[in-house]
Amino acid sequence: MLKLLKGIWLVFLHAFTRPVTIQYPDVKPYLPPRWRGRIILSRDPDGEERCVGCYLCSVACPVDCIALQATEDEHGRRYPAWFRINFSRCIFCGYCEEACPTYAIQLTTDFEMSEYDRRNLVYEKEDLLISGTGKYPGYNFYRVSGVQIGGKDKGEAEHEASPIDLRSLMP
Amino acid sequence: MAGIIVDDRPYQVDERENLLQACLSLGFNLPYFCWHPALGSVGACRQCAVKQFRNEQDRQGHLVMACMTPAADGTRISIEDPEAKTFRASVIEWMMANHPHDCPVCDEGGECHLQDMTVMTGHAYRRFRFNKRTFRNQDLGPFITHEMNRCIQCYRCVRLYRDYAGGRDFDAFGSRNHVYFGRHEDGTLENEFSGNLVEVCPTGVFDDKTLMPHYTRKWDLQTAPSVCAHCSLGCNTIAGERYGTLRRILNRYHNEVNGYFLCDRGRFGYGFVNSEERIRRPKSRPSRDGQTIPIDKDMILRELGPLLADKPSRIIGIGSPRASLESNFALRELVGPERFSLGLSVRDAGLNSIILDILRRGPAPSASIHDVEQADAVLILGEDLINTAPRLALAVRQSARQQPMEIVDKLGIPRWHDAAVREAAHARFGPLFIAAPYSSWFADIATETYHAAPDDLARLGFVVAHELDQAAPTASTVNPTIGSLAKRIAAVLGQAERPLVISGTACKSEAVIQSAANVAWALCKTGTPAKLCYCLPESNSLGLAMLGGKSLEEAFSIVKNGAADTVLILENDLYRRADALSGDAFLKTASKVIILDTLEHDTTAKADVLLPAGTFAESDGTLVNNEGRAQRFYQVFPAEADIQESWRWIRDLAVASGHPAQPNMTAWNTLDDVVLALSEAIPVFRRLAEAAPPEKFRMIGQKIPRQTHRFTGRTSMHAPLLMHEPKPVKDPDSPLAFSMEGYLGQPPSPLITHYWAPGWNSVQALNKFQSEVGGPLRQENPGVRLIESFGKRTVTYFTDAPKPFQALDHGWLILPWYQIFGTDELSARASAMAERIPGPTLMLHPEDAATLRFKAGERTELMLGNRSHRVPVKLDAAVPRGTAALTIVSDFTDAVLPAWSPLIRVAEP
Amino acid sequence: MNEVASRLPIIAGVLTMVVTLSALLIWLERRLLGFWQERYGPNRVGPFGLLQVVADMIKIFMKEDWVPPFADKAVFVIAPAVIIVTVLMSFAVVPFTPSIVVADLNVGLLFFLAMSSLSAYSVVLAGWASNNKYSLLGGLRASAQMLSYEVFMGLSLMGVVMLTGSFNLGDIVEAQRDLWFCIPQILGFIIFLIAGLAETKRIPFDIPEAEAELVAGFHTEYSGMKFGMFFVGEYLGIILISAMITVLFFGGWQGPWLPPAVWFWIKTFLFICLFILLRAALPRLRFDQLMTFGWKVMLPLALVNLAVTGALVLIGHPPK
Repeated sequence: MLKLLKGIWLVFLHAFTRPVTIQYPDVKPYLPPRWRGRIILSRDPDGEERCVGCYLCSVACPVDCIALQATEDEHGRRYPAWFRINFSRCIFCGYCEEACPTYAIQLTTDFEMSEYDRRNLVYEKEDLLISGTGKYPGYNFYRVSGVQIGGKDKGEAEHEASPIDLRSLMP
Repeated sequence: MAGIIVDDRPYQVDERENLLQACLSLGFNLPYFCWHPALGSVGACRQCAVKQFRNEQDRQGHLVMACMTPAADGTRISIEDPEAKTFRASVIEWMMANHPHDCPVCDEGGECHLQDMTVMTGHAYRRFRFNKRTFRNQDLGPFITHEMNRCIQCYRCVRLYRDYAGGRDFDAFGSRNHVYFGRHEDGTLENEFSGNLVEVCPTGVFDDKTLMPHYTRKWDLQTAPSVCAHCSLGCNTIAGERYGTLRRILNRYHNEVNGYFLCDRGRFGYGFVNSEERIRRPKSRPSRDGQTIPIDKDMILRELGPLLADKPSRIIGIGSPRASLESNFALRELVGPERFSLGLSVRDAGLNSIILDILRRGPAPSASIHDVEQADAVLILGEDLINTAPRLALAVRQSARQQPMEIVDKLGIPRWHDAAVREAAHARFGPLFIAAPYSSWFADIATETYHAAPDDLARLGFVVAHELDQAAPTASTVNPTIGSLAKRIAAVLGQAERPLVISGTACKSEAVIQSAANVAWALCKTGTPAKLCYCLPESNSLGLAMLGGKSLEEAFSIVKNGAADTVLILENDLYRRADALSGDAFLKTASKVIILDTLEHDTTAKADVLLPAGTFAESDGTLVNNEGRAQRFYQVFPAEADIQESWRWIRDLAVASGHPAQPNMTAWNTLDDVVLALSEAIPVFRRLAEAAPPEKFRMIGQKIPRQTHRFTGRTSMHAPLLMHEPKPVKDPDSPLAFSMEGYLGQPPSPLITHYWAPGWNSVQALNKFQSEVGGPLRQENPGVRLIESFGKRTVTYFTDAPKPFQALDHGWLILPWYQIFGTDELSARASAMAERIPGPTLMLHPEDAATLRFKAGERTELMLGNRSHRVPVKLDAAVPRGTAALTIVSDFTDAVLPAWSPLIRVAEP
Repeated sequence: MNEVASRLPIIAGVLTMVVTLSALLIWLERRLLGFWQERYGPNRVGPFGLLQVVADMIKIFMKEDWVPPFADKAVFVIAPAVIIVTVLMSFAVVPFTPSIVVADLNVGLLFFLAMSSLSAYSVVLAGWASNNKYSLLGGLRASAQMLSYEVFMGLSLMGVVMLTGSFNLGDIVEAQRDLWFCIPQILGFIIFLIAGLAETKRIPFDIPEAEAELVAGFHTEYSGMKFGMFFVGEYLGIILISAMITVLFFGGWQGPWLPPAVWFWIKTFLFICLFILLRAALPRLRFDQLMTFGWKVMLPLALVNLAVTGALVLIGHPPK
């Protein structure tokens, strides 16, 4: 019984403490860099699209809100022909970012994306693609991968030996 | 059976198998690469290591390769042994040392055997810090991509391409860690079965190039079991769709028919489904010379309904050997059997029905492809298999290994021990006699070949039959060459245990077909269980023959006489069936030409009304293959707005006309209704419904999903069109659902939409679907063989042996030269095929060419069906004198061939 | 007739006042809960968020007035009206000042008890008419709870009646001129406070609507203004019970310097705040705890209070 009264008294005392509420939008809160907000597609340090259209983000997505179509340029570099995220379905879980092998898809600190029309929440590639590298500045998938693309021949990637000359008789 | 002990538990396995196969059959997850159920073992990859123990006391044991160890009685092994596990993990680690970091941009990713096996062994972290080996890739043509960096040197590709399929332009080069798989130089892979590299390669070295422009991961494809529409063999396929377009074809294992492999026409010929030339909306042509205008579905039905109702007796229905049984039957019901035409000329319909008659009369039963592989002596009469029935050619190559197997068995080498078997058999091949008008590379393993005009081929058949059974009629005035050849053939066939005679319609000769029957029957009469295999021109040719109907000429004359004036053409291009003149006349005389078809073609250019029909990927139906096996193909994806199955259009027409003659038709709501009506109406089809489970079939109350459980983009792909995710489209015709929800286990074999098992994402997951690896599928339903098997029957030989072929001075007999790429009407429209379709060519004997003063590459003018054509000439000594072979591509059809034509050299400017 | 007509201004005044107050209570409760939970509560609409009430009102009136197709329509509509009517009727006997009282009944206290019993019907009928298992369970719990707690609620007040010798609420207030009854009737006051909480279905006695287990109990199926009526009914109940505590135990309008109406409302306001504080501080009881507490603790206590008071009264003023 006393404990009850003590509890009531303690609650009453809270009337004299300062509220912890941050008065958004008058006051903007601090958001950590790893905040899971609006999703973007980044570019590699050379300014090319990072996304290679591997479909891993779409398969990781628990609400299936990512759809894309992969394609290839004439030199073998892959990129998404179109890339769509339906933010009216997105739950900002960040699984797509975790699944992405090229750091292309990243979640940002922007969460102010309310719309009056749900259709405006469907973001296409031109809405998603930014001009920078986002959170991971150095990485360029094609410098590591073994495929040949325009400007990078076989054997020119990191940790690659030059291509084998099949016609050589040397052991 | 043999008793083996795996991890201290006893199991019963087949002692003819190796341990790997036995373990996989028992359901163990034992990683492997180089072994393949159809290719056997070579022990190249060292991945399937297990610990073998001498006896119960032996605790030490020693590592053996499971694929190289027989499953002998009393074998005691451990899969879970720590040393074996470490060994397997190390093997993967070695392979991964040079494997590139490119799974995200690899087409194999997500269905990669190497990925599966890496996960299975537990290798997760790369310790090797040094540089990776790299290779340059080759351009292997329009079908196959090449990325050698990914290679793990399992040798499966070269074993398939060279040893199994007989290809010559592909090999393993180099040594030690420089081993390279490719061609001697860049260039198209010539072999007709190169597409199987895509499935056989355990990683992404060889992939489907036609998939790349619309690349989709396996988990995103909506797939359904289908049946190949591009020849008469009825190979089982899995067709996959994404975003409304067909993306690729994979092999669907069928123990009796195609086994593990497809031909390139079947695998890469799907592109016509996505063609720009598809008829996607109903169209009408207000004036005969004008353009078509799209028209609303209801409007066109309102317009056609009264037309059909007013004068039902004035409608002619023209069916098609490439349309399903159900669609043809619906048309037959709409117009009545007496006004239903097969859409084939008298000759072509006659050839098909002779074959049907022969197979029905017996006693030689029709052979499935599996039977062909088991045959130990083969006679091919008049067929160029590699072009008319490619998968059968691959089977015949395997049959040539049957007799050398006796040596192998005598030496005590197990048949799965591939390298040893080939070493023992060396270059020996079993008896294969090819008698055909012209040659192809496929004849390289033939015991003897004989190239002659069709009449002479038939005469050879008659003589062989006579040699086997003196009661059989022979041909008159047999020259000694044919006589001695016939003796040799008869001797070999007569001694064989499972002889096989293959023939077909390629020569357009009744006599050839009949002579083949005579040979098989003569063998049966003498007590050898011979089988017969006929190749037909199209996917449902035999089914149409069973259905029966009038010839195209009869239909033409009915319209010409004025007894009918409205024509309803079902999926048929009349210009491929008849000469252009009579086709023109027919279409001009008819007052209303209604065409139901999938693609624009010469006939649709003259139609008054076009109705968009579904391709094999947009409809369900049944096809009857060359052995009389009825197999169901399933709709892969919901068709665009107006496209629907042909039988549904015909049903709609019947409803719109208030058709009084066929009240039943209006009640056809599902495919099962049509199948039921068909099986009741025509006795030969009474077992048709057994070919596949009915629509009502459920697994634990659930439909079977066409989409994988990982299917993605569901809430996003339709978003620009419709924010509210649409409900999955209902499928009224089959137990399959256009959804990722439903039964996730293994359905009966005709309903398997994709191969997947936990831990097995690649096509190798098939192992988990077979009751025994390499054997039949679980809950197998192989389709219904509509031609009953029969016991002993009296043999009535055909007697009309033709006279010897006489070359003419003023003309050459132009024979059809079928092409694997280009002859088939539908696959030729696939964009990926374009590069592989040869230009029109006339093949001529060099001596004939010399008399005409032709040089190779020069052009000739020839007259066919009152039209003149100019084609380049190619010289080949295999072409019989007095004849010439014309490629059946682009505008050329076999409708008027063989035909006599003068050859006039065109003076090039 | 004339007498009724002359009282119409008072009736209108009381009605307007209590209904307005109950609406403001919505804002007050949210603000106070906010303070006690270290946040602000509604502070966006108007000064101090006061117009939140108006915004809420507009919203609730604009909402679709939906009656579920499976509900018993007539009863479903009547149920929320019952609670409003019974509570408002109770205000008729509350003496706000010596002069402001709608009906100065000599059985005023009994009338109050009668009306609060009737309000149980509202909840039971709402639960029944919704034709929904959660609603029905809420209704059943409400009926059990109100039946149990009404017993000792009435008994707890008998001490006051004995001390005053009258059921007239005006007389009761007058009787406290020297000493508020909260001193001699401390036990009665505590029992009445607890019973009052239970009667208004406030935390910790809100098990009829326990959202964690019953969605929203008896008003699960209600929306729009019908739901609003339950809501307003609850706040009216809080005001009523607070007012009754003031009248019965804290001397009603009595107090020095300030006018009587002000004293009355100051006291009532403090009890309203106490109600809200209890909501902020206490967890919900389990149903069996609730029944045990009512029957095995509160009822005996009320009887003891009654007996002791009776004895004391007898000793102090022996019957003539």
